[in-house]
Amino acid sequence: MPEMNTSSLPDLIFTILFFFMMVTSMREVTMMVKVQKPQASQIEKLARKSCTSFIYIGQPTDMLKSQYGSGTRIQLNDRYAEANEVYDFIMADRASMAESDKPFYTVSMKVDHHTPMGIITDVKQVLRKAYALKIVYSSDKKKQ
Amino acid sequence: MGKKRKMPGLNTSSTADISFMLLIFFLTTTSMDTDAGLARTLPKPPEENQENNEMKVKERNILNIRINKDNYLLIGNDYATPEDVKERAKEFIKNEKNDPNLPEVISKKIKYLGRNVPVTDNHVISVQTDRGTDYGVYIIVQDALIQAYNELRDEFAFAEWHHHIEFCTEEEKAALREIYPQKISEAEPKKYGQAL
Repeated sequence: MPEMNTSSLPDLIFTILFFFMMVTSMREVTMMVKVQKPQASQIEKLARKSCTSFIYIGQPTDMLKSQYGSGTRIQLNDRYAEANEVYDFIMADRASMAESDKPFYTVSMKVDHHTPMGIITDVKQVLRKAYALKIVYSSDKKKQ
Repeated sequence: MGKKRKMPGLNTSSTADISFMLLIFFLTTTSMDTDAGLARTLPKPPEENQENNEMKVKERNILNIRINKDNYLLIGNDYATPEDVKERAKEFIKNEKNDPNLPEVISKKIKYLGRNVPVTDNHVISVQTDRGTDYGVYIIVQDALIQAYNELRDEFAFAEWHHHIEFCTEEEKAALREIYPQKISEAEPKKYGQAL
């Protein structure tokens, strides 16, 4: 029996590889808080991911619970932070952005649906002070 | 020199394996989730010598939605459930019968249509939460409000141009935004009951 010609197999795999490189993006941070996003029907897709900062709010993950307890925490990049530290985070993030991207600067809030509003209001007040006025309440599409 | 020998082909059978490994690497380190959510614009920070603007809005133009720490809803002066929010908001924004308790109806010239349309331009919907309110409930209310606006715009589009909002041109959408401007106020936080 003649052997099957596999010379085009690498090309095929490369094509799949390029496809995945295109449609996916690098995972930004390791999640230190558990976030189950709320569901909403009127959601809009985030226009540009490159000019967006992410703020995560929720309870620490099961692995970190023994160390940090179960109180609601704010996560910025790879660490826990207090509400007033959001200001510096926003300023640093926005400063590192291209000048042409700055008008589109958006803050995406990924918040667990059981979080009390108090902590979110605190963060929102800091965002106002930092003039980061465009925000997105990250949510999942509601199943009809 | 002897006769020219044919060069043997390079063995490429392992290229597939190498690219497979690259593929698996990218599959594990990247994420596909496209972020989506409810877009909002926060008001500018209050300035030191700014007067309190909220007092200038007439009573009839405000729809107050309050959520307490036990996630109970108050729309205006009535108890309500999250399911009621959409209908109440639609009734409030539209004010079809020119009810004196609902926002004032003004005739506004819409350039795209070339005629005046009755609109409630001065209305404000204010959502107030307690520090202990669940974020999930807040999002349900916000979602219902946006849905109310979108349904009103869709109804107008269908009555005017006989097609739904998703088939509207950009100019038509701009006109719709003028007729039903989204005015949801992100109220200053207030503390009603002790929570947290």
